[in-house]
Amino acid sequence: MEFPEELKYTEDHEWVLVEEELVTVGISDFAQDALGDVVFVELPEVGTEVVAGKAFGVVESVKAVSDVYAPLSGVVEDVNEELPDTPEMVNTSPYDDGWMIKIRPTDNSDADNLMDTEAYQAHIAEEK
Amino acid sequence: MTQAGTSGLVLNEKLLFEHSEPGRKGYSLPTLDVPEATLPAELCRDEITGFPELSEVDVVRHFTRLSTWNYGVDSGFYPLGSCTMKYNPKVNEVAARMPGLADIHPATPQALTQGALALIYHLQEDLAEMSGFSAVTIQPAAGAQGELAGMLTIRAWHEAQGSTRSKVLIPDTAHGTNPATAALAGYDVVPIASDGVLSLAEVEAHMDDDVAALMVTNPNTLGLFETNIEPICKLVHERGGLVYCDGANFNALMGIARPGDMGIDVMHFNLHKTFSTPHGGGGPGAGPIGVAEHLVPFLPKPLVVRDGEAYRLDDDRPQSFGRLLAFNGNFGVLIRAYAYIRSMGAAGLKRATEMAVLNANYIRARLEDVYDLPYKNRSLHEVVFSDKNLAGGCHTLDVAKRLIDYGYHPPTIYFPLVVKGAIMIEPTETESREILDEFCDAMLVIAQEASDNPDLLHNAPTVPKVRRLDETTAARKPKLKWEG
Repeated sequence: MEFPEELKYTEDHEWVLVEEELVTVGISDFAQDALGDVVFVELPEVGTEVVAGKAFGVVESVKAVSDVYAPLSGVVEDVNEELPDTPEMVNTSPYDDGWMIKIRPTDNSDADNLMDTEAYQAHIAEEK
Repeated sequence: MTQAGTSGLVLNEKLLFEHSEPGRKGYSLPTLDVPEATLPAELCRDEITGFPELSEVDVVRHFTRLSTWNYGVDSGFYPLGSCTMKYNPKVNEVAARMPGLADIHPATPQALTQGALALIYHLQEDLAEMSGFSAVTIQPAAGAQGELAGMLTIRAWHEAQGSTRSKVLIPDTAHGTNPATAALAGYDVVPIASDGVLSLAEVEAHMDDDVAALMVTNPNTLGLFETNIEPICKLVHERGGLVYCDGANFNALMGIARPGDMGIDVMHFNLHKTFSTPHGGGGPGAGPIGVAEHLVPFLPKPLVVRDGEAYRLDDDRPQSFGRLLAFNGNFGVLIRAYAYIRSMGAAGLKRATEMAVLNANYIRARLEDVYDLPYKNRSLHEVVFSDKNLAGGCHTLDVAKRLIDYGYHPPTIYFPLVVKGAIMIEPTETESREILDEFCDAMLVIAQEASDNPDLLHNAPTVPKVRRLDETTAARKPKLKWEG
């Protein structure tokens, strides 16, 4: 299982790529593996306001339906339009093709509270 | 050990469309000897394409063959956790099919349906007595509709006091329908954590002036009794909220403990589960709700009431949140439930609960050394294992599929979500010790197979007509219609 060093992670297993203006969000390798084959993804529309810790989308696998939570508060600037038609990308490429949304955060420094790779690996070791 | 699933003659069957032959008919009418009445042209389609043309025997064989592919509680053990797949005594069917009950038109004047109204009234009274509530309505046509009726009753109560509370607390061990119900009733859902059993401190931490209600399932989806329920109800009431109980697991309480006495304000019953009517095909169900005294005026209307010797539908209920359903519940289910209650009697219902709990604990005792049991509190009517101890890269789904080879309907899997790879087993009271032993033997053999020859699990099922289905492709690229 891979957890790229350049990303930040949440307790609910989202990953976050923090860049100059926008942050990209998806679910981690651990999350996609735990869910199993993803068959449905529901994402918000561009312009939607998201609140840190609140659900912004839904991922459904053959086993379960899960909410996906916003790691930061802000406005959705871009959505992976291909994902609803090819939900398997969440499994095959969780960190690249399987990205979900890009948020323009209200306060970029909120990302400082997220976990780095090492902390996240300790977190999932605890969950197992 | 004996294996219930064996090979045998399984008849294949095409779709009705594939049986069709042009001009074949399943009826024969006498020669027309009255003037022909024609429908207005605008109501008639020019042509119906692709409609199957079949004889009577084609249709009878088609459905009879399909029926042989069924697996139901009448064919074997069906330990589907949370669903209470108990055997349904056939005397209930006899009652439900009596022409005087089965053939009533729902719009028949009340003076001519006194028997049916009396049955509903006495069912309401029996359920109220068993649950400790002041009143029961039978109107909701399913468990989820019962939940909605309960939450709308709660909303009506709050609104009558000028309160605009907007949140509902739901623990992670509640039934999966509860959050959807709260959302449909217009509330924001606040998930709260439990450690198997909900603590007073967790409720206290989230219970503020904006919380309209707490929705709990008791016993919860781990099959555990919420031992703090009384102080929790007291706290929620002190802070201006109400407590909703999902009564789907009432099979663990019936005749022993009454939710009304615990301080619960509203609970729905799943008559099709606890009170023994067939529900494996998704319905029809019945989800009556019982409420405490202060909520009675807000129940959906009409309510069946008694005036001396007569029974009537009471529509004069100004504080009611309104009507929920066109008519009065799924009456056939109500008849079966009433027949069940009357034929079991008070002592029989209590005994059923005791046996349901004993059976679940028997399975737990036989399996807990082999299958991981994440929550070790005393189980009630069901027990939840995880797949943690399985060898050979085998998971819960593999165990479920392998059980089919041994002739059992699999238990509920991957629910509740608080258990990773959950295997949720609810045997119910209607199974004998021999059946339970055979099932446990199969579970133990499967755990051994996972270690010795895991492919037996990965490739299962091998005995039934259809092998393991590709659920992923079916969900990602569903074929929703036949194309010849």
